[in-house]
Amino acid sequence: MSDFQIVVLWSDILVWLLLAAGIGLGLLISRSPPLLAAWRRVGASRPGMASATVLLAFVLVGLLDSLHYRPALESQPGEQTQYAIEVLSVLDALVGPLRTENEKTYSSPLATHLHAKETTEVPGVGTVREFPRLKFGGVHLDDPAQRGGDVAMTALRAVGLAALVWLALAALVAARCGGWAAVWRGRTRFAWNAVLATLGAMLLVLLPVFLLAGDYHVFGTDKVGQDVLYQILKSVRTALIIGLVTTLVMLPLAVVLGIVAGYFRGWVDDLIQYLYTVLNSIPGVLLIAAAVLMMQVVIDTHPEWFATAAERADLRLLALCFILGITSWTGLCRLLRGETLKLRELEYIQAAQAFGVSNWRIILRHILPNLMHIVIIALVMDFSGLVLAEAVLSYVGIGVDPTMTSFGTMINNARMELGREPVVWWSLAAAFSAMFILVLAANLFADAVRDAFDPRAA
Amino acid sequence: MLQVKDLRLGFASGERTLLAVDGISFAIARGETFALLGESGCGKSATAQGLMRLLPTAGRIVGGSVQLDGEELLARSEAEMRAYRGGRMAMIFQEPATSLNPVLTVGRQIGEVLERHRGLRGEAARARMLDLLRQVGIADPERRLDEYPFQLSGGMKQRVMIAIALAGEPELLIADEPTTALDVTVQAQILDLLAQLQAERGMGMLLITHDLGVVARMAHRIGVMYAGELVEVASREEFFTTPRHPYTQALFAALPDMTRRGMALTTIPGQVPSLAAMPAGCRFADRCPLVMPVCREQSPAWREAQPGHAVRCHWQGAQAAPAVVSSVADALPSGQAPLLDVADLKVHFPIRKGILQRTVGHVHAVDGVSLAISPGRTLALVGESGCGKTTVGKALLQLIRPTAGSVRLAGEELTGLSGRDLRAARRQLQMIFQDPFASLNPRLRIGEIIAEGMTALGVGGDAAAAVRALLQQVGLPDDAAERFPHEFSGGQRQRIAIARALAVQPALLVCDEPTSALDVSVQAQILNLLKTLQGELGVAYLFITHNFAVVEYLAHDVAVMYLGRIVERGSADEVLGNPRHPYTQALLSAVPVPRLDGAGERIRLPGETPSPAKPPSGCHFHPRCPQATEVCRERYPDGKTLSDTHVAVCHWVN
Repeated sequence: MSDFQIVVLWSDILVWLLLAAGIGLGLLISRSPPLLAAWRRVGASRPGMASATVLLAFVLVGLLDSLHYRPALESQPGEQTQYAIEVLSVLDALVGPLRTENEKTYSSPLATHLHAKETTEVPGVGTVREFPRLKFGGVHLDDPAQRGGDVAMTALRAVGLAALVWLALAALVAARCGGWAAVWRGRTRFAWNAVLATLGAMLLVLLPVFLLAGDYHVFGTDKVGQDVLYQILKSVRTALIIGLVTTLVMLPLAVVLGIVAGYFRGWVDDLIQYLYTVLNSIPGVLLIAAAVLMMQVVIDTHPEWFATAAERADLRLLALCFILGITSWTGLCRLLRGETLKLRELEYIQAAQAFGVSNWRIILRHILPNLMHIVIIALVMDFSGLVLAEAVLSYVGIGVDPTMTSFGTMINNARMELGREPVVWWSLAAAFSAMFILVLAANLFADAVRDAFDPRAA
Repeated sequence: MLQVKDLRLGFASGERTLLAVDGISFAIARGETFALLGESGCGKSATAQGLMRLLPTAGRIVGGSVQLDGEELLARSEAEMRAYRGGRMAMIFQEPATSLNPVLTVGRQIGEVLERHRGLRGEAARARMLDLLRQVGIADPERRLDEYPFQLSGGMKQRVMIAIALAGEPELLIADEPTTALDVTVQAQILDLLAQLQAERGMGMLLITHDLGVVARMAHRIGVMYAGELVEVASREEFFTTPRHPYTQALFAALPDMTRRGMALTTIPGQVPSLAAMPAGCRFADRCPLVMPVCREQSPAWREAQPGHAVRCHWQGAQAAPAVVSSVADALPSGQAPLLDVADLKVHFPIRKGILQRTVGHVHAVDGVSLAISPGRTLALVGESGCGKTTVGKALLQLIRPTAGSVRLAGEELTGLSGRDLRAARRQLQMIFQDPFASLNPRLRIGEIIAEGMTALGVGGDAAAAVRALLQQVGLPDDAAERFPHEFSGGQRQRIAIARALAVQPALLVCDEPTSALDVSVQAQILNLLKTLQGELGVAYLFITHNFAVVEYLAHDVAVMYLGRIVERGSADEVLGNPRHPYTQALLSAVPVPRLDGAGERIRLPGETPSPAKPPSGCHFHPRCPQATEVCRERYPDGKTLSDTHVAVCHWVN
């Protein structure tokens, strides 16, 4: 009788499979000198490594959020253990109070009082309209007026801690890479100075945020009193899954169809070209909306398929990834077709043909490896586009399940809040900044990858 | 007029600056042509770009001085330099196809220079443009002025490029390999044009080239560059009669030639040192046959061997001892049953137009070619670009399916074979490609590349041992099998390509311009290798080339192609020594010869090769032929047999 039951969602399986595939790919790359050399160039690029550090932080959050379980409910001894209907993740357990400490409704960042006035009974005075104290935010303060000093003190402590942690990390790196001077002047083969600088900035921002999060709602709370910081942490996984799983769906389609069209030409090429031209000329949002709505009907009419709401939301997320993947392979396919058309005229392909090497073997040995740089570049570039696409779709109302937190649903909810007076800005601002940082990091990383794999620069 | 002193140019690489040009000094007088000669990668083009201050982003001018009529160019600001570029000094680039802007008319591109440097606009500018186009020999300039570059042929584009360069009335013209991308007959036209314009205008000209033939035709004085340094400066006469530097002498010795048939060519071992690892002493020391201990320690100083003939070498002698000439076993005599028999081969590519892709015509790339190659002999297929010679090679291997005709290899018909039968036949027939950088898959190890054919064609045996033996045969170290193509130089890559083709023990190798992308000294190594392999293995070669020197050296039989058809064929002696077809005669006389006496009677061909989509009526050659008459315009001539082997396809041969 354990006190929790492990829940494996389909998307969890995919996430961990992706991680395993990533590690496997890394091992393969380390055996192929040209690819290894290209990745070394990525490692030497300062913007690339800085953005990779940020991306890693996001990935870590996403991974922690991909280990799900159902906690056991309190039960009498001898009774069958019952598990909660709610599916939690390791991340939920780690951030603990952030998830449970819900206020009544809106409160601004670091507030001690609610955002709206309420009528309360004060003994001896009668009914008063006032801003009531929050249930959790800043309750340790006797006098709300001390808030400024308290926040400053906590932040200062956090900055001091950040400095200590950073110095320890930097000393470790310096010890391993031949001294301070080498690291700072960029003489290491890996761009350690960029990584350290980014880590420093991240520590300076994140440590105060998390130390303060114990006592306050750092980014405020939303309409139902949920902590916005918690919502953002939960949105990261959704964004990552949309970005990664969708590329996984579109990649085989794009690679196989693109190479086949470019290599065999003739009627195969015509067929595939017509296919993607037709697909491209249907407005994307319309196609996705139709598919999502149909899928929604299927899910709604079969409630017996899902044990928990989380499972239903999860399947809906995967279905969305699938639909996005089916509709977005055309760009990469066209790119690969063009490149294959060029490659197949190259002399080493003709030499292989002169040896009578079979077509599929030529594709596998000669064409695919020489297209890999385009695939890798497209993969990283598409990621940020898909994260943005999810936000747009959720905004239109055809994105992820309403019970699932994502940047798109957060922005969608914030739509009304901006119309209020006084305006509720923090939910939108926080979602916007988090998504901005994620997409910017992904784009910068994509740039570094593209530069490193660019055959003209190599 | 132009005075370059101790010019040093480098390329930034990380925190270091690698010197590509290390202290070169020369001067060019008005009306003089100074040729910079050297192999690729020795800093010729960087020098030209440095003079114009047009170095790429990573380029740095490290030191020295460049003076034009006493004015220091390196001290000028970028804004001031604009008045010099295109104005007092102009440049012509190697590739006419890419040096013109494809979306602007010819007139706009010339007008740009006229407006900037001569302040001409409107009617005055247009009159000047017409004048310029006439000067560079473009017919119908009124029409050409409003045309776009894609409407012009390669030779005409280069003429337009020259017109643009002349528009600013420069005192100094820098020509960076101006004819390397052009065909022999067009090259002759452009070189004549440059020489004539220079004489008329009294311009100084800096000619950058790797071709000794072009130097012999054009230059007054010559500077030989090696690894970023000038090693010898001499007048044309001195240079061709008594070259002093061992490098220069080796360059001459490495040239293939009729007189060297049956002998191994002298090669320069090794390759030009990389910028990052320049030797401390004389930079040529590692490759020099006459190296002395002092060469490795101390960089030699300039020494005046004759007035006006300076050389940088410790060695004081005049002429290197002739290298030991090893003769190479020559091929089997002809007269055996032919190994390859091609009859009336045709390859037509359909031209499709419209939505339904209907065929509206055909490009007659190969239009009835007949050839025969005996075992162990070399047939050279010669022609200018676009004449269909590469298509013939690929059609033989069935890489391109012939439209009609027959290809019989050792009695077996190849056309129409497929699957297993074709695979079996391909063991007999392999190909070596022109560009060693495109013919090896960059993602595969050398061992895998060489073994690919063996696995695909099911050649049994120990693949690893076979790869080692092949590497040894083509003169590469054993450990090459584990390395990747990018670790090898062009010449080494071509050796790998040869090893790959030999791996399946073919009886016939189709060599498609295997040396045209290589430097002279490396070309000599590859030609020696091919000749040795022929002696050892008895392979027959179909050698596709436009380089007559190589043909003279290597070929037993020669076939000359023009616009998809063979116009003359015969043994090498017959075709090269006694050419009968007017096209062959013109082609041979247009080849620049790297000798002082090379300036013999030349036959000038007007115009360029017409498109194979619309070949001229009658004899294809008649629009350019000096002897053409009415009958040539009406009827394609029959082949006239001149001896057992010699055939020319012309009405006027008898």
